[in-house]
Amino acid sequence: MNTIGKYLLGVAALILMTNCGNNNSNSNSGAMSSSKAEKVYVAPGEHDEYYAFFSGGYSGNITVAGLPSGRMLKEIPVFSQFPTSGYGYSEETKPMLNTSFGFVPWGDAHHPDISQTNGELDGRWIFINENNTPRIARISLETFETEEIIELPNSAGNHASSFVTENTEYIVAGTRFAVPNPQRDMPISEMKGQFKGPLSFVSIADNGRMNLEFQLNMPGFNYDLAHPGRNKSHGWFFFTSYNTEEANTLMEVNASQNDKDYIAAVNWKKVVEYVKNGGGKKVAGTYAHNVYDEKTHTATSTMKEGVISINPVEVEGAVFYIPIPKSPHGCDVDPSGEYIIGSGKLSTDLSVYSFEKVLKAIENKDFVADAYGIPVLSYENTIAGVVKQPGLGPLHTEFDGKGNAYTTFFISSEVVKWKLGTWEILDRQPTFYSVGHLMIPGGNSRKPFGKYMVAMNKITKDRYLPTGPELEHSAQLYDISGDKMELLSDFPTHGEPHYAAGIRADLIKEKSKKYYELSENEHPYAAKSESEATVTRNGKEVHISMTMIRSHFSPDNIEGVKVGDKVYLHMTNLEQDFDVPHGFSIIGANTSEILVMPGQTKTIIWEPKREGVWPFYCTDFCSALHQEMQGYIRVSAANSNTPIKYTLDDE
Amino acid sequence: MKSASIIMIIGSALLLGLFVFPLWSIELEAPQYPSGIGMNIHLDGLQGKEKHDLQNIDGLNHYIGMRKLPKADEMWEFSTFPKVIGGMAILGIIIGLLGLFKSISPKWFLAWLILMCVLGILGMYDFNAWMIDYGTNLDPKAIMKMTDADGNPLSYKPPLFGTKHILNFVAHSYPSIGAYMMGFGMFLTFVAFWMGNKKVKSLKA
Repeated sequence: MNTIGKYLLGVAALILMTNCGNNNSNSNSGAMSSSKAEKVYVAPGEHDEYYAFFSGGYSGNITVAGLPSGRMLKEIPVFSQFPTSGYGYSEETKPMLNTSFGFVPWGDAHHPDISQTNGELDGRWIFINENNTPRIARISLETFETEEIIELPNSAGNHASSFVTENTEYIVAGTRFAVPNPQRDMPISEMKGQFKGPLSFVSIADNGRMNLEFQLNMPGFNYDLAHPGRNKSHGWFFFTSYNTEEANTLMEVNASQNDKDYIAAVNWKKVVEYVKNGGGKKVAGTYAHNVYDEKTHTATSTMKEGVISINPVEVEGAVFYIPIPKSPHGCDVDPSGEYIIGSGKLSTDLSVYSFEKVLKAIENKDFVADAYGIPVLSYENTIAGVVKQPGLGPLHTEFDGKGNAYTTFFISSEVVKWKLGTWEILDRQPTFYSVGHLMIPGGNSRKPFGKYMVAMNKITKDRYLPTGPELEHSAQLYDISGDKMELLSDFPTHGEPHYAAGIRADLIKEKSKKYYELSENEHPYAAKSESEATVTRNGKEVHISMTMIRSHFSPDNIEGVKVGDKVYLHMTNLEQDFDVPHGFSIIGANTSEILVMPGQTKTIIWEPKREGVWPFYCTDFCSALHQEMQGYIRVSAANSNTPIKYTLDDE
Repeated sequence: MKSASIIMIIGSALLLGLFVFPLWSIELEAPQYPSGIGMNIHLDGLQGKEKHDLQNIDGLNHYIGMRKLPKADEMWEFSTFPKVIGGMAILGIIIGLLGLFKSISPKWFLAWLILMCVLGILGMYDFNAWMIDYGTNLDPKAIMKMTDADGNPLSYKPPLFGTKHILNFVAHSYPSIGAYMMGFGMFLTFVAFWMGNKKVKSLKA
């Protein structure tokens, strides 16, 4: 062989090796790994394609992230005090956390759901439920602020919530912990037949206002999750229940004895009609209804009394039970409204019910039993199909709008993609670890966006750098646009996201508010210009209406405050530009700072305890002279005669 | 002469566009203002490009000791300019009508144009003088007193025409729709003169 021949052979071998290498890497990752990075890469200055709203679980709040990047954009305070902005600390927002039990500084936020029109996400509001002190909140998607919170009386453990019907007519709240209704002192062991599980229906007005319309006083099972009918099943609501055993102790064993529990199918349109015609009776029930007004920048809490309670047995043809294997958790309805997926969390199969079969069974009075007078339909005659052996511990299902369903399996820690109608399993992907809920933007509506899926995991372990015993929960993003799910990225989430709601960014971002119009500020203590700034004494109360603008307060020197006074600091931000908040804090305040948005007024109380000259300052680096944005309040002895005096630049 | 007169009428009527559209536009760019901040100069006053731009420009300018931007009643120009422009438009239209019905000499068209040019130059001179004053007559207690390389106080005067760097801002100052309409209108009056003149000459020949 001559030199050239050897050379050629060498080149050929090289090509062969290179090809092999390529083949290997292809088969390993399923796709070029660089393309995965590109799929989640949002270039600096560019925007994500989707908003994702993650419930914060025990944080009580919502965190907003962008998809596909997974970048956290904001935390919206909802049920928990939030010193970052002063939510729940400022005089204006304290009423938001008022309940019939008094001021509750914390909540357990579970299931966010975005308002809909004709079954499609419309991006007006997002709702979220609170489990511990049963409540539902409505958050504006223009301001990303909590605008309204309504408490649900006679209930406990509001878990089957806050799911909206397809024209945002109603939102529901369930009762996960059956309780005496009305509450009374009685032996726990006499629970059976005595406890109740009321399901609350809250109507939503065109302006978003919530109203507790009625409560269905259901038998005392634990109503866990719910989903409204969609499309053809619009007008119905489905609730899963467990503990049909009505056990009251060692629940993990005693509530797992029945082979089947129930899905409650509620024809809510029929119940609404019944109530309209004077049905139901008003029973006791005290609840707080808290509304935030964007013009006065102030929330008011109204304590309401009484609720219409409905005995489900008395509404002809409105409430039925469908048997479902083994302590179900998730209850999900596909975009067509035909299939109701029940996830028996201790079952190895997934039961899918047919809405048409349910209707037929009701029509034929095909009842196998009754539970406290509520007809129980037959399992066999309502089932549409069973997804056989998909995994262990099914919890939740969402849809891609292309005829596929995606179900999470907590115990086997995976997401399984399967086909509606044929029930065949198409793909499975591991999650890290022990996935609870998953979310496809729009995936619980008539029109899922079907491009990404996020798995929200309960266990993090080694996914990120260790941060001591407590870890943020992990989420994984999958591309579901192809036949197979493709894991793209992994990112931490705040608190414990029990669920999330996602929406295409363009449905929200154009209408996102940039600042509040100062001229529309109707706060009674707003100083809308520096000349309106005042300090007034009313007995032991001192009201200071102060302005903030880059880079000073007006007034910035105040005298005449005394030890023992209750000083209300009403701060108005005079800026009218995007993203120019000013903060305020003062030494010795037993509350948080407040972050005041342009055009807004917020108030904190300061009760000076010692004589002296005490500084206050702006807490948000607002400008080049932010450090100079400060002032002093002189505090004199309680019996002194120091007159009220306030100045800016000695004028 | 008929078509020349009609063009004269159209040309001088285009001045009326200044009552609707701005004369000049000043746009400021800085890293903190990704979508810009700026103002339109109308015959009768200043207007922010966005609702609160004037207030926000004043907010920025207070650091370097510039006065607040004038309100409509704080400058005589904002009440005089509309009268001058309105008057010139009416005058031009009358001259055009006289050309149409009385066949006055097209030299009147030229005279109107020369007067308009003189007034225009005076207007620009006045505008520039105001900007010099606005950009250099600074509060002695200004927060930031900037000097140029020679130690002289920095001028914050925006350019009359063109683009200029001023500290962290890039200022663009250009005529706006109203000015373009006026310029085109003035060009038309010249066309009217030229056409009328040619016609007169051809009649004489």
